[in-house]
Amino acid sequence: MLSIDRLSKTYGTQGGASGDTALNNVTFQVPQGQVLGLIGPSGAGKSTLIRCINRLVEPSSGTIRLGETDLAAVRGRDLRRARRRIGMIFQEYALVERLTVMENVLSGRLGYVPFWCSFTRRFPGHDIENAYRLLDRVGLLDHADKRADALSGGQRQRVGIARALSQEPELLLVDEPTASLDPRTSRQIMRLISEICRERELPAIVNIHDVPLAQQFMHRIVGLRRGEMVFDGAPDDLDDAMLTEIYGAEDWTAMRQEHEDDTTAEQDTRLQLAGGAG
Amino acid sequence: MNHARQYPRHWRRPPQIITDRRWRRILPLAILAYLILALGSLEIDGARLIEGLERGARFAHGFLQPDFTSRWGDIRQGLIESLTMTLTATVVGILVSVPIGIGAARNLVPRPIYLVCRSIIAVSRSLQEIIIAIFLVAMFGFGPFAGFVTLAFASIGFLAKLLADDIEEIDASQAEAIRATGASWWQLIHYAVQPQVMPRLLGLSLYRLDINFRESAVIGIVGAGGIGATLNTAIDRYEYDSAGAILLIVIAIVMLAEYASSYLRKTLQ
Repeated sequence: MLSIDRLSKTYGTQGGASGDTALNNVTFQVPQGQVLGLIGPSGAGKSTLIRCINRLVEPSSGTIRLGETDLAAVRGRDLRRARRRIGMIFQEYALVERLTVMENVLSGRLGYVPFWCSFTRRFPGHDIENAYRLLDRVGLLDHADKRADALSGGQRQRVGIARALSQEPELLLVDEPTASLDPRTSRQIMRLISEICRERELPAIVNIHDVPLAQQFMHRIVGLRRGEMVFDGAPDDLDDAMLTEIYGAEDWTAMRQEHEDDTTAEQDTRLQLAGGAG
Repeated sequence: MNHARQYPRHWRRPPQIITDRRWRRILPLAILAYLILALGSLEIDGARLIEGLERGARFAHGFLQPDFTSRWGDIRQGLIESLTMTLTATVVGILVSVPIGIGAARNLVPRPIYLVCRSIIAVSRSLQEIIIAIFLVAMFGFGPFAGFVTLAFASIGFLAKLLADDIEEIDASQAEAIRATGASWWQLIHYAVQPQVMPRLLGLSLYRLDINFRESAVIGIVGAGGIGATLNTAIDRYEYDSAGAILLIVIAIVMLAEYASSYLRKTLQ
């Protein structure tokens, strides 16, 4: 269970002068197993919010509790201990391109093993076993020894997911997982993430640009606008008026129509494939 | 209001650097005037030039009939000294410059460490090899040890600066991802930074190896041992045929190193 209480972040406040407010008194909780979608226009503070949780960005005030730990207050070794409990999946995959797929997955264990162990690539047997199991789960068992830059976008994001899961996290942070993928791969990735969260009872916060995709896969949606929460509710409660409130005026009906076309096309393809096989 | 608008059919690139028309005329004239005045102050002595041509001809003649044999013992000795100096100095240079290079990367270390490491680099880079060699020869005496220290010191400035610049340009998202797993600073360096800069570091090291060999020929002239010392002696004794032989050997080795390192760099990418 993650609870965020009055979290604020102001950029560029060195010397006391007030800078840009990226987050303003954000408060919400994510119970076990819930997949929460964070929507809002660019610059609304979505990225800042999830990066405050694992402290890639320093919050200005407020508390972030994961279990018993206040993530906003830990430092040094405790911070690294806290980070390893939180898996993160990135927009442009952020794999270390010149390392192999296996090394990328094992890098999820860095917070658990001593430096010497990781330096000589001698990870404990159960870590390696688990890495293979995860690669099998995301369908990339045969690619373990390839270099990460030899994979396609969708495959890379699967490696990113396996890396995050190898941390055996208690929380998943997902930053625009589908922003650089095509619509079909995007759906596959979102489906994979939501399945995994269900299997493991894992709470997740997903930054997502694509509103229809969010409504299809999220359990709950939080809308941010200029650093403030303007919506918190079920995906079905997110109507056109609300979307206009979050993003500004736009033709939401047309966008949904397009999404439905995509989904129908996808289903057609699948039927055809099934028909061809049978 | 229905007729089509007329657009110009000519376009010229507007001046980018000096926008003032007058300055664009004055500046080339001023540069030309300075060039003429500077040439006038060179005191070119025609007679001396002709005399020099004669010496040059003797030199060229020596080149055409290089004498590898009569001073072969000295040449061999000089070459071995130079190659030893080059290799040891490059290895020591790399070992010292990697930590300094990491320390001089703004995105990895706190500001005080950054400033200290950048200052070390600045000192090493601001002193030319020959000047360092003159100091070190005075300190350690004639011979290859002074040369070794000179080359190692110069390698540090070169390698550490280029490595640091490369580290500052790594893909930040890869480093962020490794940081997010709870990795320590050392693990971050090893898993996110090293894979990104390794090919470049290897390339730079090979490049430095061949620079160091060339420099070893130059610093020998001020007494730091190696093939340069042999060359200097040969020229002092007017043995242009031996000097020619030495130069040919140096050229051959540099070319060899050049080919070998470019081949290696290509396969390492």
